[in-house]
Amino acid sequence: MVKTIEEINEKIRKGKAVVFTAEEIIEYAAEKGVKKAAQEVDVVTTGTFGPMCSSGAYFNIGHTKPRIKLGGGKTYLNDVPVYVGFAAVDFFLGATAMPDDDPRNKIFPGKFSYGGANIIEELVAGKDVRLTATAYGTDCYPRKSLETYISLKDMNEAVLFNMRNAYQNYNVAVNLSDKVIYTYMGVLQPKMGNANYCSAGQLSPLLNDPFYKTIGIGTRIFLGGGIGYVVGSGTQHNPDVKRTEGGVPKMTAGTLAVKGDLKMMSPKWLRGTSFTGYGVTLTVGIGVPIPILNEEFLRYTMVRDEEIWAQVVDYSEAYPQFIPGSLGEVNYKQLKSGRIPIQGKEIPTSGLSSYFKAREIAQILKEWIDAGKFFLTKPVEPLPSVDSGIVFKPLKERPIKKK
Amino acid sequence: MQKKRVVLNYPTHLVDQPIISNLVKDYDLMVNISRARITPREEGRLVLEITGKRAGLDAGFKYLHEIGVEVQPLAQDVKWHENRCTHCTACISICPTKALDVDRKDMEVSFLRDKCIACELCIPVCPYQAMEILF
Repeated sequence: MVKTIEEINEKIRKGKAVVFTAEEIIEYAAEKGVKKAAQEVDVVTTGTFGPMCSSGAYFNIGHTKPRIKLGGGKTYLNDVPVYVGFAAVDFFLGATAMPDDDPRNKIFPGKFSYGGANIIEELVAGKDVRLTATAYGTDCYPRKSLETYISLKDMNEAVLFNMRNAYQNYNVAVNLSDKVIYTYMGVLQPKMGNANYCSAGQLSPLLNDPFYKTIGIGTRIFLGGGIGYVVGSGTQHNPDVKRTEGGVPKMTAGTLAVKGDLKMMSPKWLRGTSFTGYGVTLTVGIGVPIPILNEEFLRYTMVRDEEIWAQVVDYSEAYPQFIPGSLGEVNYKQLKSGRIPIQGKEIPTSGLSSYFKAREIAQILKEWIDAGKFFLTKPVEPLPSVDSGIVFKPLKERPIKKK
Repeated sequence: MQKKRVVLNYPTHLVDQPIISNLVKDYDLMVNISRARITPREEGRLVLEITGKRAGLDAGFKYLHEIGVEVQPLAQDVKWHENRCTHCTACISICPTKALDVDRKDMEVSFLRDKCIACELCIPVCPYQAMEILF
């Protein structure tokens, strides 16, 4: 039996849609059988809550009297610089931006306790932030400086716009060297003292739709506690990688670019995050609904942690020096058990992506659909898949000749 | 035998006294020092695990009180801000005593004060500043 998005939305409207989370569906479909479950179930909800550095937000703060053109000058929110290379009062705040006078890693390892991501969290919490700006002044925009408190409700637009989120699978990070290293994968103890992973595994959005058959441009999603949309594949989207027989990528693969109205979001699901010795980042909550239009789509959502494999990568040498290779493969059931075997050694594991919160997101999205508050969308364009010919290129440096 | 984890606060004038030695000799207590920070012209702080008979412990704590050393249970100085914790489990592989632990079924993190030895290893590891140790 084949269903359509329209039919599912009609059921949602009538309060009759059958919705499961990507965790619940595993047992249910195994018990009922794929055929029966695919007939009964309309939507499977996914979730993920992890640090996602390529995130940020753009704002329009409204015109001042007299007018100022921020573009070409310097603008800060709570001393964190924002990008103003646009028209008069638009700017972009990046999650990893930090105050000019933050000591960074001068005293190693740096704490990175405050940056763009924290401002996003504070704004979403309804707090005031300090906006300070200097500009060069023009005939039409004469003003040269501005200092004011501002909050989200004062702004015309506040839009979360993340160019790469929800990575389909990720590396497991270890440290082969004999000293502690501080990475975006956390603090890694020497001689493989620990292994850190970062995926919601069987709950993760793109691991439940491995070939991007339902998720595409225009897919409506849970984003940061509000409603957002997939605006395309994210940067570094790399679908043509080694996969299991079930089609699940065994390494980093697809990504999503997403956007949503920041004013509708919650500080619970957008969290400023500090990685010692590395920097500031934003932990983003994302939930994507998968419409069960046929048996094939259902089968993808039945993926279990033990069927999702990740590559173990050394972050002391291989990763920083861009040397390809893996120390081995482990699956998410092993990772979540707290210990993994690598090269004959038992290594304790830690997560960076919260499975506990991912489940909560999938549950909230399910409740929204059950309550008739959230409807599914048909993508206007699919994401590039394995046959797209996309090649993930390194930067080929071409030295600049000195004159 | 009883075991207590405590934080001792020394006023400046007691920093040069062999107080721990007295606890061991006069009150028959076993003392395991987890952390110590005592510098001249500054108050001293000591994190201890003290083991002994009930009567010895009571008398030992009375002695500390009388000479002016303030005794606090360790738990007061270690804070797990549950609202900041995302249950990511970054701290789990580093915590040596399983004071920070995870229920593997739900993947929910919990903090058991009694097991914490205030080693501070979790502090740089938690990306959400959920752990706070007041020293």
